[in-house]
Amino acid sequence: MGRKLDPTKKEKRGPGRKARKQKGAETELVRFLPAVSDENSKRLSSRARKRAAKRRLGSAEALKTNKSPEAKPLPGKLPKGAVQTAGKKGPQSLFNAARGKKRPAPSSDEEEEEEDSEEDGMVNHGDLWGSEDDADMVDDYGADSGNSEDEEDGEELLPIERAARKQKAREAAAGIQWSEEETEDEEEEKEVTPESGPLKEEEEDGGLQINVDEEPFVLPPAGETEQDAQAPDLQRVHRRIQDIVGILRDFGAQREEGRSRSEYLNRLKKDLATYYSYGDFLLGKLMDLFPLSELVEFLEANEVPRPVTLRTNTLKTRRRDLAQALINRGVNLDPLGKWSKTGLVVYDSSVPIGATPEYLAGHYMLQGASSMLPVMALAPQEHERILDMCCAPGGKTSYMAQLMKNTGVILANDANAERLKSVVGNLHRLGVTNTVISHYDGRQFPKVVGGFDRVLLDAPCSGTGVISKDPAVKTNKDEKDILRCAHLQKELLLSAIDSVNATSKTGGYLVYCTCSITVEENEWVVDYALKKRNVRLVPTGLDFGQEGFTRFRERRFHPSLRSTRRFYPHTHNMDGFFIAKFKKFSNSIPQSQTDGVLLCRSGWTAVVQSQLIATSTFQVQAILVPTPK
Amino acid sequence: MRPLTEEETRVMFEKIAKYIGENLQLLVDRPDGTYCFRLHNDRVYYVSEKIMKLAANISGDKLVSLGTCFGKFTKTHKFRLHVTALDYLAPYAKYKVWIKPGAEQSFLYGNHVLKSGLGRITENTSQYQGVVVYSMADIPLGFGVAAKSTQDCRKVDPMAIVVFHQADIGEYVRHEETLT
Repeated sequence: MGRKLDPTKKEKRGPGRKARKQKGAETELVRFLPAVSDENSKRLSSRARKRAAKRRLGSAEALKTNKSPEAKPLPGKLPKGAVQTAGKKGPQSLFNAARGKKRPAPSSDEEEEEEDSEEDGMVNHGDLWGSEDDADMVDDYGADSGNSEDEEDGEELLPIERAARKQKAREAAAGIQWSEEETEDEEEEKEVTPESGPLKEEEEDGGLQINVDEEPFVLPPAGETEQDAQAPDLQRVHRRIQDIVGILRDFGAQREEGRSRSEYLNRLKKDLATYYSYGDFLLGKLMDLFPLSELVEFLEANEVPRPVTLRTNTLKTRRRDLAQALINRGVNLDPLGKWSKTGLVVYDSSVPIGATPEYLAGHYMLQGASSMLPVMALAPQEHERILDMCCAPGGKTSYMAQLMKNTGVILANDANAERLKSVVGNLHRLGVTNTVISHYDGRQFPKVVGGFDRVLLDAPCSGTGVISKDPAVKTNKDEKDILRCAHLQKELLLSAIDSVNATSKTGGYLVYCTCSITVEENEWVVDYALKKRNVRLVPTGLDFGQEGFTRFRERRFHPSLRSTRRFYPHTHNMDGFFIAKFKKFSNSIPQSQTDGVLLCRSGWTAVVQSQLIATSTFQVQAILVPTPK
Repeated sequence: MRPLTEEETRVMFEKIAKYIGENLQLLVDRPDGTYCFRLHNDRVYYVSEKIMKLAANISGDKLVSLGTCFGKFTKTHKFRLHVTALDYLAPYAKYKVWIKPGAEQSFLYGNHVLKSGLGRITENTSQYQGVVVYSMADIPLGFGVAAKSTQDCRKVDPMAIVVFHQADIGEYVRHEETLT
């Protein structure tokens, strides 16, 4: 038969566990937020708040009556509401007030709220704790009111914490001020450093730091540097960096007597290495490369990631359509800049930008802003034969294909088979059909296939321009690595030049680029190629970026290196990059070594004497030494 | 790299014809130059003759890919279409299926298309017909085989499979290393 429903015995059913409505985020949030902000409002019960108000009122009264500041205001002065709050509370408070601050602990009163009892306990405790405070603060009302508030704040604080707070207040009174900017800058470091340690140290050398503006910065003695090496205090190091940079800017006026510039520089180098955790070698390179103020900017820029940028695949869609589709998916983006018609910069996104259906359908490619520049410099034309010597992961290759509208042919080569897999995937995804993908060492190139209209050589490099992407570069590079890269780059560049067909009607161009900013891998390599082959530098066609160096420390490069371009993270907010565009004007290779050297020398003297530009010097060479065909 | 044999060509064309029917003719005779199919490492590449000539300079072991990869021959000499062929199948496809935005994600993860996710389907699609799957925004997402004819699709319950999954563009991320 089964049980029948008996309406009289029906159990009352409330909403089930699952039906319970979840509380809003605002209630959850409170648990995560630091309690400091709402200490006053939350922890005090309504009564306690009223009492606090009374106390404030009372202290004002006390000014007139000159009573003891810690004493509770008399019940006669209480507002009505407060007295009437609770029947039993009334007599109790009266009683307490009558007994003054020496009232007994309220544990006897069971009706008393917990907060109340705690606070009462606090007051009592405070009396025991701060008896000397009382002694020296009898007449000082302003300070006292602050003190009592402190006590209210610190209801649940341990005595030691309260002591720390008092100490801080005293420091504030003594006039130690924290510079706003510095504290903001160092927030990260503060989290790292232990809480208690730096406080004391600051206190100790506080005198020195407050007076930085008035007194000259004192270079710490050598002994202290040793001690620093063990446990560096990053705040101090940072401050010292700023000080030294400031001094070096106006060295004559601000330096300490008897200290040389090199002493300051050494100190600065050590500090920068500590603060930004660079290896000595790379930091030395960077110091040679940048003026000091720029150096700090550069190092700072390397600590933050570059914006995420993407390039529209014009083979499949238009930028406006893509932007609209992505905005509909909750991506916040903007056009990249005036110089790019296809680039978009992504500010934030509610979906993974590398896995949207648009990405999978090949409507865009995730590509750094700097990687678009070499292709724009190369300016591939339709129906050309193009070689991309080091193509992985295929971003630049696909950009070339899109500029060529899938006509002509691109040979995409890379020496790394693993990385070629991503090239295959990317090119197919983006709908690029005019490529052949090969797996050669780039140095074999003119032997395999040659006679290309244009060649792009994105050479393997030490990666000093992309430290924000790969911070390991900071420490794991040394002189040998750089020179090894430079050597490989020279070999590759010569191979690349030899693969270009100088007699091509539309082309005969070569673009060399690296994501490194060292001179050894850039200007030096380019200068080497200028000496070794019949090429000259031409403007890259990019209207921004800094000019390449023509002189760097002891090295002197060809004056035409001015037409190369350098890009830096701190000035252009893109990865550090170097781009040089060559035009090959003869397929013949300057043959014998001695001739080559002589030829170079004669070329150089011609340059020195008459400041000729690259073209004419090489023409001079061609006249001087008729090259064998 | 070599041209396909008679047998291989037949097997492959039969497979492609399941999706694009007689439009296959358009792939072979193109107005913009000669295109051909080439076999390399068991994979079939569809490539312009001009590009193929350049690729002929490159030795077999160093050649990774050329043109567009259509698919591969299995060890049992059957032909399997890859998602990389989608660019050529989609424009010529005779039978199409559009899926709702909510079901896009599921399909791109390699799942079959359920009735509940079906947005539109070409009229008079027969059962087991090769179809190209589109999103409602007309982006080709992959291809598969119709599990039900258009008529049957109207009757079945929402959780029934209407298109069997064969390939989808999510494979560009999921199976990047096996694309060629």
